[in-house]
Amino acid sequence: MSTTRIQPPGVAAPARPADPAPRNRRRVRPARIGLHAFLVVTAVVWLIPLLWAVYTSLRSYSDTAAHGYLSLAHGLGLDNYQQAWTQSGMIKYFINSTLVTVPAVLLTLLFASAVAFYVSRFNFRFNVVLLMVFTGANLLPAQVIITPLYHLYLLLPLPDVMSDSDLMYNSYWGLIAIHVAYQTGFCTFVLSNYMRTIPHELTEAALVDGAPVWRQFWQIILPLCRPAFAALATLESIWIYNDFFWAIVLISTGDKRPITSAMANLRGAFFTNPNLIAAGALMTAIPTLVIYFVLQRQFVSGLTLGTNKG
Amino acid sequence: MPAHARRYPSPTRVAAMMSDRRTLLKGMLGVAGLALTPELLAACGSSGGGSSASTVTFGCNGSDAVPKAAFAAMTSAFGKSSGETVKTNTVDHDTFQNNITSYLQGTPDDVFTWFAGYRMQFFAGKGLAHEIDDVWNQIGGNFTDAIKALAKGTDGHYYLVPLYNYPWAVFYRKSLFAAKGYQVPTNWDGFLALAGQMKKDGLIPFSLGYGQGDSWAPLGTFDFINLRINGYDFHKSLMGGKESWTDARVKDVFTHWSQLVPFYQQGAAGRKWQDAAQSLINKETGMYVLGSFVSQQFTNAADLADLDFFLFPEINPVYGTESIEAPTDGLMMCARPKNESGSAKFLEFVGSAQAENDYLNIDTSELAVNKLADTSKYSDLRKKCVQAIAQAKNVTQFADRDSDPGFISNVVEPAVSTWLGAPATTDSVLNQIQSQKSQYFQS
Amino acid sequence: MTAIPSTHRSRRRRHVRRFGTTDKLVLALMVGLPSLVVAVFVLLPALGSVLLSFTDWDGIGVNTIKFIGIQNYVEIFTNYPAFWPAVEHNLIWLGFFVLIPTPFGILLAYLLDKKIRFSRVYQTAIFLPMVISLAVVGFIWEIIYDPDNGLLNDLFGTNKQGHYIDWLGNPHLNLWAALVAASWRHVGYIMILYLAGLKGFDSTLREAAQIDGANEWQAFTRVTFPALKPINIIVLVITTIESLRAFDIVYVLGGNNGTKPGMELLSLLITNNILGESSHIGYGSALAVVLLVVSLAGIITFLVQNFRKEARP
Repeated sequence: MSTTRIQPPGVAAPARPADPAPRNRRRVRPARIGLHAFLVVTAVVWLIPLLWAVYTSLRSYSDTAAHGYLSLAHGLGLDNYQQAWTQSGMIKYFINSTLVTVPAVLLTLLFASAVAFYVSRFNFRFNVVLLMVFTGANLLPAQVIITPLYHLYLLLPLPDVMSDSDLMYNSYWGLIAIHVAYQTGFCTFVLSNYMRTIPHELTEAALVDGAPVWRQFWQIILPLCRPAFAALATLESIWIYNDFFWAIVLISTGDKRPITSAMANLRGAFFTNPNLIAAGALMTAIPTLVIYFVLQRQFVSGLTLGTNKG
Repeated sequence: MPAHARRYPSPTRVAAMMSDRRTLLKGMLGVAGLALTPELLAACGSSGGGSSASTVTFGCNGSDAVPKAAFAAMTSAFGKSSGETVKTNTVDHDTFQNNITSYLQGTPDDVFTWFAGYRMQFFAGKGLAHEIDDVWNQIGGNFTDAIKALAKGTDGHYYLVPLYNYPWAVFYRKSLFAAKGYQVPTNWDGFLALAGQMKKDGLIPFSLGYGQGDSWAPLGTFDFINLRINGYDFHKSLMGGKESWTDARVKDVFTHWSQLVPFYQQGAAGRKWQDAAQSLINKETGMYVLGSFVSQQFTNAADLADLDFFLFPEINPVYGTESIEAPTDGLMMCARPKNESGSAKFLEFVGSAQAENDYLNIDTSELAVNKLADTSKYSDLRKKCVQAIAQAKNVTQFADRDSDPGFISNVVEPAVSTWLGAPATTDSVLNQIQSQKSQYFQS
Repeated sequence: MTAIPSTHRSRRRRHVRRFGTTDKLVLALMVGLPSLVVAVFVLLPALGSVLLSFTDWDGIGVNTIKFIGIQNYVEIFTNYPAFWPAVEHNLIWLGFFVLIPTPFGILLAYLLDKKIRFSRVYQTAIFLPMVISLAVVGFIWEIIYDPDNGLLNDLFGTNKQGHYIDWLGNPHLNLWAALVAASWRHVGYIMILYLAGLKGFDSTLREAAQIDGANEWQAFTRVTFPALKPINIIVLVITTIESLRAFDIVYVLGGNNGTKPGMELLSLLITNNILGESSHIGYGSALAVVLLVVSLAGIITFLVQNFRKEARP
């Protein structure tokens, strides 16, 4: 049915992660050594900027002031980290980021899997249109929608228990909503590709048993999408956690901002000690690093982007 | 069933997975629920406080360590004397400024920090600020007429309680001038001669940095040259959009300015003002045209004691050095405060000598605007700053405060940045500014 | 039912007829709620921007909105010195991304897919810049490009009067400096996407080609690459869209106060006009519509390419 299909439908990524069969079992050859040399050099070049920041963050300001930044450190230590942590009240911003990121990622995945389930399982006439609208919405530049969105948020009330502003504006709900609306498209796209690889016989069996649609979705399809969820959860956590644009406009209370928007606050608080800023900046990256390392195994295998259409 | 489906679990295993999945999803929802709880708690707490008559909310752009502490000292002093609680919302300086329009239309705090001048009058005129004439009935005696004028909107009502100001001037290190035998110049030729001498001596005559968000920094020099050549009235009129930027008088300003360009520190377009100040501290550069906030960068007490300034020198004897830039910051009340009487009380307190002292004891880079404030503990530098402002016939607020800030940041600043890299392009740069001006000044 | 031609889709169509009321409701909810959220929070505001682009509005009070027709567009195209440079820079950005980091990411993915040792270590090192926030990325490149204390100028000794290289200030250099920083992230992104695509590719095809005497390059260009057409389209579209809406790195490196000569980008101009202190909503919205139209061209190409097969009955 498609010239690009290069393997039988269904035998694709979902079952692949643990695939142990080496495809190219070859003896170590000069080419392999050259390959490793190339990759090592690339990896090191890629790490240099990051390592430079780490190195800076471990040095005291007096050391770099006296000897310059390009010099051997006279003692390394975590003092900057300690100071950055206590001086900035960083924990508060980490909590804010968590309050936005966790619900936003979960809701995005839930919404996206629901739509993906629909477009991949049922061939209603407008499923392509639907998928187009969702994916298209994800690709719009954020600046295009920010002004009307801001005014919309000022008009949308929320009960007092949900937001102290009583509005979508300046509330976490507003941030969560726009993240979900914005990211659902990409996830729908990936998940619908993934679900296509799940054979129809599986849900058909459930239908014969008279299982309702929501059980097919919730109890058969969703569990099978676990690798895709892991991959998308990683990507979406990174994107949503790292975003600072929405919060700058939609959150007016400084203490409610997520950590990336609060970076400017932190930088002000640290004055102009780059070593301290480096320490603070690197600390803000820890949560996404942890997520990446934890979910890394499923990461690549769970992203199904179009080669596996069934 | 086709062979390829065998990789999938049999129906019995599907059933097992279902229950598995259920616990997993329950767990996920649990996490989400947990994550949301603190917000609900926080929301309840703060909304309870926000609607209470005894709390004044205060939106504050003092995000750096020093101003933050200074505002905290001031608000807690008010809390003790009045029984009101001030709840401060600190947002970093640049973001606060860029977002002011949406902030004031959204859910602004009762009282907020802002700047005197066109910027204050603009928002007052748009109905986004509350007039505070009653407050001024109480505090009016504490301020000079010049300061009072800065607090009024174009409709004649008061909208701002000024807290402090700071002058712009030419800063230098006394010890460097003494060691090299430099004299403070009194006119433009002397200024150029001094810069030339410094260059001969292997110094960089002027610190300069307008990298990243600091593209406003060179405008102080523009303002001064314009004030010195064309005088206060023309400058205000130009800033207000009433003069043509292709006027010969404006060209003359750029012609003079271009004489300074060879003496500037290089790499300026990528340097932050703080790093340019560092060069002054390190005696790599000789002078720096900047606001007195440059002293914040002098963290070593001995260096700070060595810091001095002179007024931007005279160019046209008609105007001498009669004008000075002294931006004034203060506090305003939002259009619909939740706690109006408390806000008025707070602003009244801000207009007292005690509030000024509480603030300025900590933030020692600024100057009191209150006549009754205690200046006895001021350093020599601060005393000299106060004097410089007091002696000036006209006080300006700085380019982006005397003009439409969008015009300055979207039109003038990029144009000036381009020009500093290629001073020969004066005509095309000025044409550019002029052609876009009408978008910002309609009348 | 058996009368329906036996295509792979006929099987699915049968399901439709078996839906009960509850099922229909559940399905409606499953599709309706996400659609509503996307419509209200993304599509409606986008439409709002289009309408606002024909007005003059300072963003304060709804009653001050003034309809002025296409005047904003006329102004933008004829009298906005930053506009054409911004267009040019976006195009340079696109060209650079298409020519350098994107192919490099594909190359890395191809090499890392070869079942080599330490593959995950390499992947992690190269993907790491994607994981950290742009605010942090911006800061990291600041301490590399800083004129006085930056790593580069320190290394080259170009931090003295008369010898400065002003990486972020020089209008002929700063866009490229930003592009290097942006590429540092983009390569990892493309690499991961392409790796995901390659995982679904049956390598026996390539091996068969190689047995038939094709060398590695030929096998890649003639077998692997064409077989990965869908993923190629995705990568191309993501590269295009990321280039068109490029914002964060330049916002951080160039400052959020007006634009830096040499670093004008459409997204920055929009931000300056809309979010600045004295906002020009109509004007900024018109700029946003320009960006929207250009982006839509990319988005539609992608969607048509990607879904054409399925749209066929």
